[in-house]
Amino acid sequence: MAVSLREYRARIKSTESMKKITRAMELIAASRIIKAQQRAQAAAPYARELTRAVSAVATFSNVDHALTTEPENPQRAAVLIVTSDRGLAGAYSSNVLKEAERLIEKLKDEGKQVDVYITGRKGEAYFKFRRRPVAQTWTGFSDQPTYDVAADIGATLIAAFLGDDETPAEEGAPQGVDEVHVVYTRFRSMLSQEPTAIRLLPLEVVEGEEAPEDEDLLPLYEFEPSPSDVLDSLLPRYVQSRIFFALLQAAASELAARQKAMKSATDNADELIKKYKRIANQARQAGITQEISEIVGGVNALADAQAGSE
Amino acid sequence: MGDSLQVELVAADRLVWSGESTMVIARTTEGDVGILPGHAPLLSLLIEGVVDIQTSEGETWVAAVDAGFLSVAGNRVSVLAEHAEMSHEIDLEKARHDLERAQAAGENDDEAAEAVRRAEARIRAVEKAS
Repeated sequence: MAVSLREYRARIKSTESMKKITRAMELIAASRIIKAQQRAQAAAPYARELTRAVSAVATFSNVDHALTTEPENPQRAAVLIVTSDRGLAGAYSSNVLKEAERLIEKLKDEGKQVDVYITGRKGEAYFKFRRRPVAQTWTGFSDQPTYDVAADIGATLIAAFLGDDETPAEEGAPQGVDEVHVVYTRFRSMLSQEPTAIRLLPLEVVEGEEAPEDEDLLPLYEFEPSPSDVLDSLLPRYVQSRIFFALLQAAASELAARQKAMKSATDNADELIKKYKRIANQARQAGITQEISEIVGGVNALADAQAGSE
Repeated sequence: MGDSLQVELVAADRLVWSGESTMVIARTTEGDVGILPGHAPLLSLLIEGVVDIQTSEGETWVAAVDAGFLSVAGNRVSVLAEHAEMSHEIDLEKARHDLERAQAAGENDDEAAEAVRRAEARIRAVEKAS
């Protein structure tokens, strides 16, 4: 009996220390979400102004730019999958990967070849384990992405998009893709995050989510040095800012998912501790009862022996 | 037309400065431009350099920006850059250090040349402000 009591106590102890860890992770995630949301908000003015400027150029010049041109016969598509670097975030990464698989399946059904680009170690591991080729990966920033990373990813994807697709399919040679998609997790609220797939390139220039309220008409801009130069420099930035937005949303979603997962882990640990405590108490009581009955039995036996000898 | 400009200086990850101003001077690919209230709508590309913002109270704010663009419409001026810093946020020692390192990296390298221009812009911003 005493042995199993000790075992239960050890289990309670280890569950308690696990609970401490999950609780700490929950609190860390909770405090980082606020930061992540602030970062997303801080990035909003840039995205808003950029969108305004792009729609201004698109409105007043004949947009005829490589990045906005729909290829007639799309053959290859690139998919950027935004996953997390670390686990312990519930179903966060697997949800994104599932959405990505769905998109890849759909693109393949349309007869396109799919190149996969990944951010985050979880996605990298997923594809590596399945021995599937990946065009490029970026890791190490999933919970606090910087703009520089987004700029780098953007530059790579744009280069792939503008790449020459006349080149034969050599080993490792970058081939032009005709479409670029991004799969990331949209942060709707602390409770709901939604894996989302969007088409990034060719660009469809859309006005911001809300229509410009102050002026209904965009002013007639002068462009310096020329509309096409301005467009050349604006569109890549627009793409990068969209990617940055996706990364920020994914970071906030990851943290929210982690907080939720860690909260349920902590609750679970509480439950387990309660259960083990009950069993341990039972075992302890059983031990005491047994000891008492042994003592009583012993006394009785002694008394019987003494009575016999007299 | 009002007599002041609403200025927003925006970096990719934050709003760096916003407020009212009487004049904004920035360096575009075509040369320096000064924006006064009532300026015609303009979209222009910026190169690494210094942006001067003069407020209605006669103060001058100086910021270092890297390549970005400038948009002016109806007395609203937006300066957008991937990175932007106000002069009082710049660490002069660090900027000098960056400049030396970038120069050492070689002038042929595009990336190094860009880093040199960026560091120079930051140093200029600090010197101009003081």
